[in-house]
Amino acid sequence: MNHLPLIIKREYLSKVKNKSFIIMTILSPIIMIAFISVVAYLSQLNNDKIRTISILDESGKVASIFDNTENITYNKLGDMTLEDAKTLVTETSGYGLLYIQNNDTPKDISKAIKFYSEESPSLSTISKLERDLEKHLTLMNYRSSGIDIAQIEASKIRVDIFQENFVGETSSKTDNIIKLIFGGAAGYLLFMFIIIYGNMIMRSVIEEKTSRIIEVIISSVKPVQLMLGKIIGTSLAGLTQFAIWIILGSILITVVSAIFGIDMYEMQSPQQAALQQAMETPEINTKVQDIMQGFFNLPLTNLIIAFIFFFIGGYLLYSSLYAAIGAAVDNETDTQQFMFPIIIPLILAVYIGVFTVIEDPHGTISTIFSFIPLTSPVVMLMRIPFSVPIWQQVVSLALLIGTFVGTVWIAAKIYRVGILMYGKKPTYKELIKWIKY
Amino acid sequence: MDNVLEVRGASKNFGSFTALNNVSITVPKGSIYGLLGPNGAGKTTLIRIINQITLPDSGSVILDGEPLQASHIKDIGYLPEERGLYKSMKVGEQALYLAQLKGLPKTVAKERLKYWFERLEIGDWWHKKIQELSKGMAQKIQFVVTVLHEPKLLIFDEPFSGFDPINANLIKDEILRLRDNGATVIFSTHRMESVEELCDDIALIHKSNKILDGKIRDVKRAYKSNTFEVGINSVNNSALEKELLDKFKTTPAHFKSLNNDLKLNIQLNENQKPNDLLSFLTSKGEVSHFVELIPSVNDIFIQTVTANNLQ
Repeated sequence: MNHLPLIIKREYLSKVKNKSFIIMTILSPIIMIAFISVVAYLSQLNNDKIRTISILDESGKVASIFDNTENITYNKLGDMTLEDAKTLVTETSGYGLLYIQNNDTPKDISKAIKFYSEESPSLSTISKLERDLEKHLTLMNYRSSGIDIAQIEASKIRVDIFQENFVGETSSKTDNIIKLIFGGAAGYLLFMFIIIYGNMIMRSVIEEKTSRIIEVIISSVKPVQLMLGKIIGTSLAGLTQFAIWIILGSILITVVSAIFGIDMYEMQSPQQAALQQAMETPEINTKVQDIMQGFFNLPLTNLIIAFIFFFIGGYLLYSSLYAAIGAAVDNETDTQQFMFPIIIPLILAVYIGVFTVIEDPHGTISTIFSFIPLTSPVVMLMRIPFSVPIWQQVVSLALLIGTFVGTVWIAAKIYRVGILMYGKKPTYKELIKWIKY
Repeated sequence: MDNVLEVRGASKNFGSFTALNNVSITVPKGSIYGLLGPNGAGKTTLIRIINQITLPDSGSVILDGEPLQASHIKDIGYLPEERGLYKSMKVGEQALYLAQLKGLPKTVAKERLKYWFERLEIGDWWHKKIQELSKGMAQKIQFVVTVLHEPKLLIFDEPFSGFDPINANLIKDEILRLRDNGATVIFSTHRMESVEELCDDIALIHKSNKILDGKIRDVKRAYKSNTFEVGINSVNNSALEKELLDKFKTTPAHFKSLNNDLKLNIQLNENQKPNDLLSFLTSKGEVSHFVELIPSVNDIFIQTVTANNLQ
């Protein structure tokens, strides 16, 4: 008798109807969005504040370069002593005082510039001042040494390497960054999915043990069926939750940005920042074009198919291990020692993905780890946007499936014995013995 | 009479530990079969083999004339000793789920559940969660779930634990009724008085081996020692005691009596007949008490297990 659909249905419904699951599903995006909004709002508040910086320029050659900006108002002080200037700034509670001593050469001027303030000034303000001063003093230096500035400007050369592979597909830096984002997102998604829903499977196995229903159930169904039913049912619940998060999240983002007028796209992740930096070409049109181009340059079909297979394969591999752990112990506190060897390869995979694949997607380390089954789903998913040869993908997937079958077999053995064992925490030695029963 | 279940030479080892060593039992159709044994003897392993939870290393199980197979799951109802239900699931949903796992169609399961819930007066629990019920209430539901698919063979492991005397009695009556309706029951318990009351046959398992089995009557017959408990009042009780000691093997007896009787256990040998003893006694005085001592299941249990431990 095949009860798998029945078990899947029960597991799915019991997860989805669970109060804490519902609350998590609805609250998580709200909390996330609220959090982001608060941060965005606060940093905007901070940016909106106009700072008054007084400038006491004894040389008389520098102050003129400072023009008021959105956030900074420059107050150029006339003839007065440094002490008077300090008192003035304190009394008018200005942000700070930029003091430029009178010296002959730009070099000497640059050595004696000071910033006085009540509190330590913000890093961005100081670096802006430094940048402006540097630029101006360099120019002054050129001029005083009789160098023709126009000539220097004219002889500057910008290099932009055009990338093309042997098949003739061109790509650009933007492409690479888009590839990184896609690969990183896919790998990270799998990682999160395994951690969250693997744990959920484990808890649900433990729950069956602690409620003592397990023997009743397995007098009706085979343990392997129960285990697979649990894994599939929980995964479906997980997919549901993910889908709701995405839908709810995007609705909330739209609503929140409409209400507060906050541009969410200003809130950037480091990758996005890198993307934007790479795209700092003057023409906006090419920017959009580049992104579109980069997107279509991705091996999309390959990416989607590989994502589905590696995601499912990797997830099932890990979740069967989680199920086996759940079966081996009586309560959640005992799971720690068994969780460790599972978490390690996962974290390793993400680290390799983040540090090695980005640096060199087809290097030795990236390649090796995209074949090792416990790390391959994450690492391979991160590599694929950079065009991995099909044979490598097939071999890696075959290894993954082979390991998955083996792991399910072992996990099922541990599960079968473990679910009927109560009372003591088993050792690794005992687990190996169970496999042999 | 047909046998519903035959276990032939079942053995099971867990590593170096032998849980069951060449155990055979035969359960006649329509009987209540007591499976007895001290803790850790191997009863649960045997029951799990019958339920196809564990596979035996060797030996076979025949259910209703066929070798045990997956389709027999629906023919067996099992109430394990370690039992429970999903705590956060509603009673009705849960019972339906478990019934469907046993192969019952949903509509049939629903009808039968209604019948049973009414019968046990638990109809209004349908929408309650198990965690809202008391232990005894949950046990009732567990019982219903076990018998709902009307299996040929019912296996109850300590069925009365968790019940108050009234509900235990109710469940006992239900078990008897199921037996009368044609089911066969295997009954594993440490409560010997219920074995005495319910079982037709018993098997005693000790240290992985079956050390005794058969009809209760036959077992008792084999274990009785031809001893009679006697109370008698004569003119000279001490003289009579001496006289009896010469003729028979006697030991002092202790039982409650209203008279100041001479109380003795008298064991007869093969040549001595109960009637001879009785007529001898009546010729000596007033007999107030004359009972053959039949060993209780409890006595047999303790006696065989202890004897086995000494070996």
